[in-house]
Amino acid sequence: MANDPKNAQAQEPTAGSEGIPAPEGPANLIDTDYVIGQDNIATTKLGVSLDLHGKVFTVSSLVILFFVIITLALQNQVEPIFNAMFSFLTGNLAWFFLLAANIFVVLSIVLIFTPLAKVRIGGMHATPDFSYLGWFSMLFAAGMGIGLMFYGVSEPITHFDTALGGVASENGARTDWAPLGAAAGDQEGAISLGMAATIFHWGLHPWGIYAVVALALALFSYNKGLPLTMRSIFYPILGERVWGWPGHVIDILAVFATLFGLATSLGLGATQATAGLSYLFGTPNTNVTMVLLIMGITAVALGSVVLGVEKGVQRLSQLNMVLAGLLLFFVIAVGPTLMIVTGFFENLLSYAVNLPALSNPFGREDANFSQGWTAFYWAWWIAWSPFVGMFIARVSRGRTVREFLVAVLLVPSIVSVLWMTSFGGTAIDQAVNQGFEGVREAALELQLFVMLGQLPWTAITSFVAIVLVMVFFITSSDSGSLVIDSITAGGKVDAPKPQRIFWAIIEGAVAIALLLGGGLTALQTAVITTGLPFTLVLLAACYAIVKGLMSEPRT
Amino acid sequence: MFKKIMVPVDLAHIELIEPSLKASADLARHYDAEVCYVGVTATTPGSVARTPEEYAQKLEAFAQKRAKVHGQPVSTRTITTPDPIADLDNVLIEAIDDVGADLVVMPTHPPRHLDAVVPAHGGKVASHTTASVFLVRLAAETKK
Repeated sequence: MANDPKNAQAQEPTAGSEGIPAPEGPANLIDTDYVIGQDNIATTKLGVSLDLHGKVFTVSSLVILFFVIITLALQNQVEPIFNAMFSFLTGNLAWFFLLAANIFVVLSIVLIFTPLAKVRIGGMHATPDFSYLGWFSMLFAAGMGIGLMFYGVSEPITHFDTALGGVASENGARTDWAPLGAAAGDQEGAISLGMAATIFHWGLHPWGIYAVVALALALFSYNKGLPLTMRSIFYPILGERVWGWPGHVIDILAVFATLFGLATSLGLGATQATAGLSYLFGTPNTNVTMVLLIMGITAVALGSVVLGVEKGVQRLSQLNMVLAGLLLFFVIAVGPTLMIVTGFFENLLSYAVNLPALSNPFGREDANFSQGWTAFYWAWWIAWSPFVGMFIARVSRGRTVREFLVAVLLVPSIVSVLWMTSFGGTAIDQAVNQGFEGVREAALELQLFVMLGQLPWTAITSFVAIVLVMVFFITSSDSGSLVIDSITAGGKVDAPKPQRIFWAIIEGAVAIALLLGGGLTALQTAVITTGLPFTLVLLAACYAIVKGLMSEPRT
Repeated sequence: MFKKIMVPVDLAHIELIEPSLKASADLARHYDAEVCYVGVTATTPGSVARTPEEYAQKLEAFAQKRAKVHGQPVSTRTITTPDPIADLDNVLIEAIDDVGADLVVMPTHPPRHLDAVVPAHGGKVASHTTASVFLVRLAAETKK
């Protein structure tokens, strides 16, 4: 580009509105007068510069403060309230969660096969910001890394046990927790059903939920030119009103769910990591260890936040992929290899066979399972989705919708199947074929380590497992800070760095306060109740995705 | 002595870069050098522009306006990155070689305690390039 203002690049096809050039290649920008950051407060106080969305930042900070104080001060009073809200949601609205999740999965799968999947995120000529490996590692680390570590052993064995236990009922209501019709006394059937139920909770449905949020955000930000915040999804429905209070409320809710989701996970995760450390190395299993652990995790997360997406989150995620891959192949190699390999296909088949019954929202016999497990999971994934979705959106520019959906929906689901088959299968094999009862008897947070304890090189593998848990937490805390900062800065991703540092510290501080003062689980319940409003947000996102994609040029 | 001066600009905070714009204009006239204005923007919509291409257009328009002030040849380069705040130093250091600049003129703030955590961009760039770097303090202008 030399002196000529009318250079080649400026003459790119301008499918956009009012002289705003399109993103790379043709795309269909939304015409709005809103200027990103127009409601922001920018100031430099005490040498620290700030650039924040006044209302979203202020209200969400106050709401966070209010909830922390309330759960600490009135723990005994609020816990029953949160619990009542939660059991009302999962009890009476389980059908709504199940139905909505099915819609998200069906939409994501159908979209892969339509011409709409040819739309490229960021405009027709956009190029990806990250390599396949870096991109996929980040998707996975943000999405469920930590959960797989902790439930990979315990969930398959739990479902296997309840299924084997058969159906029990009292006054016509099922009192057992077995999925579907159980498999009383049938060992093979119980394994198959237990694995199908586990994979159901970690397969297409959670990733379908993430895919919908992430795709909607990416589309409205990169192709439509709206700020990268939750409110932008509502533009097709609310129009210019999204820049006012309806939009503020959506964003504040997203900040709330993200911060408390992260803080509770950080707190519960620290509890589990401390238990693991104490099991392995005999470190004291006390509050002091947990607080030190949270501070350590937060400190490393701070370093990573300062380094940014490419050098921080991406590198740590790749490190985790390598470690998780090594651990997975180790378990496959030294565990019951043949059983895992054949089990992978059997479980996939069992998942496919049981999927219609497991995902059926109406007339379920197995109320305990479908409400206590499935609806709980769906509410949790949905409450977690603004954070994961926004992070996935941020790193997915330059991918086509088809590439995006395959990478966000299908690949992680397959990895989950393999992971659950290896870890859960090995634990079940230990219990069934080797008569080892240790895993069943161990506390939830120790089951992974007890299972690894039966394999060779225990010290090394358990240590790798603990490192994995911690690094997954660091990447969560890190990407969470990026997401909250961008929402509270009105969608700006280039707000001053100290703001990110502020949020990373707040996450750690809230986790410590709740861990010491109690109320972590109460608050987790409160977070899950945000799953209900977000289910509505996600349904709106489905409409917005289809409407938005229809108006995009396709390659 | 200098043939091409690279001037990183932040279109969102023009008032903060005014002193370095003035210094670069004077230097360009003195050495009869070309001025290359470099802007770094996020790939997501931002306050200056909703797309990277709109940013490039605005930067080009800005450069043309500056050309009228100092009369030296100008060029621009827009750099997009998914995380401009974290990557700023590195993309600027790379840009020095890419545009072939032998002098960088950029604004910086006075030293402060926070530098230990969040180092100044100018200082970071100066310590990682072979080109000459001229850091202009905002206060230098107001003292005159």
